[in-house]
Amino acid sequence: MLHIKNLHASVNDKEILRGINLEIKPGEVHAIMGPNGSGKSTLSAVIAGNGTYDVTQGDVVLDGESLLDFAPEERAHKGIFMSFQYPVEIPGVTTTNFIRTAINETRKARGLADLPANEMLKKIRATAELLDIDRKFLSRSLNEGFSGGEKKRNEIFQMAMLEPKLAILDETDSGLDIDALKIVANGVNKLKNKDNAILVITHYQRLLDYIIPDFVHVLHNGKIIKSGGKELAYELEEKGYDWLK
Amino acid sequence: MTNKTKYTEEHLKKELETQEYAYGFYTDIASDTFPKGLNKDIVRAISKKKNEPKWMTEWRLEAFSIWQKMEEPNWANVNYKKPDFQDIAYYSAPKSVDPNKTLDDVDADLLAMYKKLGISIDEQKKMNNIAMDIVVDSVSVATTFKKTLAEKGIIFMPISEAIQEHPELVRKYMGTIVPKTDNFYAALNSAVFTDGSFCYIPKGVRCPMELSTYFRINEGGTGQFERTLLIADKGSYVSYLEGCTAPARDENQLHAAVVELIALDDAEIKYSTVQNWFPGDKDGNGGVFNFVTKRALCETNAKVSWTQVETGSAITWKYPSCILKGDNSVGEFYSIAVTNNYQQADTGTKMIHLGKNTRSTIISKGISAGKSQNSYRGLVRVNARAENARNFSQCDSLLMGNKCGAHTFPYIENKSKSAQIEHEATTSKIGEDQLFYCNQRGIDTEKAIALIVNGFSKEVLNKLPMEFAVEAQKLLEISLEGSVG
Repeated sequence: MLHIKNLHASVNDKEILRGINLEIKPGEVHAIMGPNGSGKSTLSAVIAGNGTYDVTQGDVVLDGESLLDFAPEERAHKGIFMSFQYPVEIPGVTTTNFIRTAINETRKARGLADLPANEMLKKIRATAELLDIDRKFLSRSLNEGFSGGEKKRNEIFQMAMLEPKLAILDETDSGLDIDALKIVANGVNKLKNKDNAILVITHYQRLLDYIIPDFVHVLHNGKIIKSGGKELAYELEEKGYDWLK
Repeated sequence: MTNKTKYTEEHLKKELETQEYAYGFYTDIASDTFPKGLNKDIVRAISKKKNEPKWMTEWRLEAFSIWQKMEEPNWANVNYKKPDFQDIAYYSAPKSVDPNKTLDDVDADLLAMYKKLGISIDEQKKMNNIAMDIVVDSVSVATTFKKTLAEKGIIFMPISEAIQEHPELVRKYMGTIVPKTDNFYAALNSAVFTDGSFCYIPKGVRCPMELSTYFRINEGGTGQFERTLLIADKGSYVSYLEGCTAPARDENQLHAAVVELIALDDAEIKYSTVQNWFPGDKDGNGGVFNFVTKRALCETNAKVSWTQVETGSAITWKYPSCILKGDNSVGEFYSIAVTNNYQQADTGTKMIHLGKNTRSTIISKGISAGKSQNSYRGLVRVNARAENARNFSQCDSLLMGNKCGAHTFPYIENKSKSAQIEHEATTSKIGEDQLFYCNQRGIDTEKAIALIVNGFSKEVLNKLPMEFAVEAQKLLEISLEGSVG
């Protein structure tokens, strides 16, 4: 599904990613772990198409098509979703209105008509129920005055609504207490199926107690220095990152 | 390899510059236009053309001599070349307007123009339940729904007709809220006003539909000076809408209107404006000078709400105000002002608290783009007698790009110890992080800006009647986005 080939990327001429190779197949959960400054968040931003970063070498291919020439919204239309570490606030725009716009823009890009209002409402209800989200919460302005946990749940709600091929969870566990973490992880697990894939980016192993990865990759200094199964996460938790450097 | 998706302020600037004014057409209708210039004879001629009674002619002439002694104000935060008042024609009328017309007789070219403006009178009549008066250049061309309204005793007609048919009401109220001496443009308007709307809602009557006036400047080299007088008698209610457009011209056209609202005891008036006069081109050529005096008087327990969406005009100078004379009266001002390219707006309100327990709310949203300057100027005055008066003001500015300006000039004058006055102000910028977030969810930058702007403006958009809110929302999008390549 996603194929990252020798990816180099820099910001303000400073190289951050120095040759990443990674292949993700449908139905797989991959975790990228690494210390602060290793390039984890840069990797997710580059896949999503954040213009702050310049790709200097290599490629990111989704289903045989390079993503690099596409704008972020076009990548989203092709099925890339990223849950933000710091979701932005948009005052005056409700979550419902926002997600409706996102879904209909995506449908438009795929040559489909707007989702009829009643079906949209049905889908919103079903998703809110699945993720145990109070619908009152959805009529509040997007992320405005939300707690850390609420913001992350909102991201997972949007993910569920948009049904992406590949969901990137960028430090979704940061700022969450254990209860909030469980709720978010449960949500993600409910959405997992054989056709989609999840890339979890995290500093700590604890999220991986709840979202069990098939593969764990250690990122250091812009490169993947070790890959393994889920047991690698425990090893890292125990020993830290230093033994790998 | 650089990432082509990076969105910069340069892109934003280009997008905004490439937008075009959708209402900039000119309709070729034979018209009857006075020679340029202003003197007593022209004032008399306007009055004669309108077949006015002597008192009205005298009133105009008095206003004219007051105006002659006045100077154009220059305290507003706007810069422009002062108009040459002798280089303007003060009367222009489409020739084919017959004072005794019905809607079916309206000139086909005019009707085609309304169609372009997006108004189908028939549709408006049937579907929207809106009674509509349309003023093109200086005269009113069609008033719909007159009969339905008459059954309730509601008078809704061009002010020129009201002067003939209801002189007692016009004489009693005209100039009482905005006197001839009020300011330079109000004095000018009093001397030369050509048409506008008149509305009277009788005691205890709730007007069953929205009343609406659509203003259009069509002829070149002319000014538009309309005058609106709206009286809500005791315990009545009315919601009134006005919309404005003008052709794209490289000259500046002057629009100096006066609107007077009178809300008697327990009455309520909602007055909404969607102003989209031609704003000038992207280099700042042409555009309408919009110098407008709007004021309301609230008697005991009365309530007046001004809601305005201002996207047009090269220069806007406008402060819809409320005089809260009666005890427990309420004044509200909800405004969205959008400026782009070289537009300049100096707009806000005045809330004058005279009565006890009077309350006022001011919500002002300024959106600046391009090289425009957007100022909020508001006065809250509480007199000594106005015990327990309360005011809440909120002024938010949204900046797009880094060449525009947002300014806030709040004035607070309080003489009452028991008054409560609150003022909040914020300034924000559409951030690249907000845009990227929207992009990531499949929403392109143009749509994202519209979404963010709508969210920012929502508190005010919500105050508009439903069918106008949709139009206003579209207008905001057109004003700010244009065609992105």
